[in-house]
Amino acid sequence: MTTPILSNATARAIFYQALTVLGVVLLFWYTITNTVENMSQRGMSAGFDFLDVSAGFGIGFKLIDYREGDSYLRVFEVGIANTLLVAVIGIALATVIGLVVGLARLSGNWLISTIARWYIEMLRNTPLLLQIIAWYFGVFNLLPRPRDSVEWGGLFFLNNRGFYLPSPEPGQGFGLTLIALAAGIAAAFVVRAHARQRLFETGKLPRVIPAMIALVILPALLVFALTGQPLAWNVPVLRGFNFQGGTSVPPSFCALIIALSIYTSCFIAEIIRSGIQSVSHGQTEAARALGVKPSRTMRYIILPQAMRVIIPPLISQYLNLTKNSSLAIAIGFPDLVSVWMNTSLNQSGRAIPIVAMTMGFYCAVSLAVSLVMNRYNRRAMLSER
Amino acid sequence: MFRYSLAAIAAAAAMLVAPIDASAQQTLAQVKARGSLNCQVGLPTPGFYALSAAGVWSGMDVDMCRAVAAAIFDDPAKVQYQSVTSAVRFTALANGESDMLSRTTTWTAVRDTQLGLEFAGVNFYDGQGFLVSKASGITSARGLDGATICVLTGTTTELNLADYFRANRMTFTPVTNENVNVLVETYLGGGCDAYTNDKSSLAARRSAFPSPNDYVILPETISKEPLGPVVRHGDNNWGDIVRWVLFGMIEAEEMGVSSANVTEMLASPSPGIRRLLGNEGNIGEGMGLPKDFMVRVLRHLGNYGEVYERNVGVNTAVGIPRAGSLNALWNNGGILYPMPFR
Repeated sequence: MTTPILSNATARAIFYQALTVLGVVLLFWYTITNTVENMSQRGMSAGFDFLDVSAGFGIGFKLIDYREGDSYLRVFEVGIANTLLVAVIGIALATVIGLVVGLARLSGNWLISTIARWYIEMLRNTPLLLQIIAWYFGVFNLLPRPRDSVEWGGLFFLNNRGFYLPSPEPGQGFGLTLIALAAGIAAAFVVRAHARQRLFETGKLPRVIPAMIALVILPALLVFALTGQPLAWNVPVLRGFNFQGGTSVPPSFCALIIALSIYTSCFIAEIIRSGIQSVSHGQTEAARALGVKPSRTMRYIILPQAMRVIIPPLISQYLNLTKNSSLAIAIGFPDLVSVWMNTSLNQSGRAIPIVAMTMGFYCAVSLAVSLVMNRYNRRAMLSER
Repeated sequence: MFRYSLAAIAAAAAMLVAPIDASAQQTLAQVKARGSLNCQVGLPTPGFYALSAAGVWSGMDVDMCRAVAAAIFDDPAKVQYQSVTSAVRFTALANGESDMLSRTTTWTAVRDTQLGLEFAGVNFYDGQGFLVSKASGITSARGLDGATICVLTGTTTELNLADYFRANRMTFTPVTNENVNVLVETYLGGGCDAYTNDKSSLAARRSAFPSPNDYVILPETISKEPLGPVVRHGDNNWGDIVRWVLFGMIEAEEMGVSSANVTEMLASPSPGIRRLLGNEGNIGEGMGLPKDFMVRVLRHLGNYGEVYERNVGVNTAVGIPRAGSLNALWNNGGILYPMPFR
């Protein structure tokens, strides 16, 4: 006997899903047509045709080439590159600081753990925007003028226009050195794999670290010397108003990176502390009973188990840092929000396409970061036994 | 700062879902029904839109708002001031938050034709210049090659700056911010070699520096900056009101009518003055205003010359001399030329 179509669970499920899809499509259609109609009624042009138009304004810091005559699309790319640079450096720094502070928080030494605790409580309980502005106006804007720069060995200079450092300029044949370096790294990995195999077979860990370091450095150095040292350094020199040559980052970049990574490091420190404390103390005792060194206990026994607790909230912190980098606008660092959603929007007047593109970018980046971290999370979960 | 970016998003979002507005021609009626004029000015700037400690707005551009309110309500105080950053000014006007915008905004082709805006006239002819410290020893804009320059983002200033350096094959590093106060703070802290803006604005800002005499405005003027009030596209009558209040104030100066003598001038036999003050013709009524709207404006605000001298003239802290400048009347060596009031 067949059930009537209305009481068939599958048929009903399909029906409701189709209805939902239809509703969502209709909502989008309504929103888009209504927007376009509203805009044309107000004499505002919609569409993306402005992307080819020359932008005509300068950008203070750019990772990729940009000149004033370039198109708006190029401005978008410059903004993306700057935002990603801040996110990558910020995440790396925040993780390192967070790890150190998190471990310091667990230290048996009263002074170290108290300092770490104060660091966390002071910094994570004040608004990030305030911290960014404080670093900018309180530190980097107050540095000496270019003529009185703080300098290290005539190579690195710090002043209120930025941080200047030498940039490498590879000459002909430098590729060979890079190839030698890559070969050295590959050889070091082979040695490491071999050492592990020995460990599993004999239970003894051979000392291979000095050999690995030698493998990485020596061949590269040899090739570098034989090819006639084909690498020049472009050292910044004070000429006219400011330092010319080398690489530099503006004060707003320094302020943003420091504020973002310090602020985020507090949360990461707490995440790492909670992750480590979630591993039962019995594990440490068992490792000690078996004669495992404390440093190895942390590395091979505690951390792998703590990771499954650490990673999910860590993903959120990485995403937060990326999105918080948009606060750069307060101190004028040309990140995506600043050059694209502020300057370009205002110069071209195309609010809707520009806001949509910006949101699309942040959404894509956040999804990509969480995808990568979720992959890693799945791997970390497998190591639980 | 950040909240203004949120405002931009909110404004854009409002456009996504707001029902289509069929009453584009009704600004005057809406203002009357509301009982006040929503007039958009910028972040407080001496001379043009200054905010006193008591929270009272004053300045060249604020007086433009007050003049329009006086013409409509016979009360210049019936204005709700909206102070927003340059970056979101046009969005706030286009989506109907503001009835008009009076905030040192440059009239350009793109703004006039592509952003749904209508420029009602010019109340200040300006040009862009550079402010440097005397200690820097710079005497000409040509000496700025390689300099770091503070510039307000989202302005024509930013574009002119890039154009000028490109045209003269010079390089510069911009330090930008959308908040003029943050930018000036950066400049005073030594974050830039020069600060660029419209010259009137440089003079206004300098007047508020801790030691104004240590700074000098370079002689070069690198752009034309005709500044004036702006309204939304599509309500021509509303645009007419703002335009003819402005022309009326300039015309009054030309005819010698001021706040001091407007009552006596009502009895003047001169046909031009009779038309301006509404004793002849029906210019006001044609726009939905009373006949004597200019009497109201002149009584409360005075003519263009009075407004200028009160806010940015040589006797104020801003101190921009008018004689011999572009902002003098056309028959007095300037280019201020009101269309005939007839």
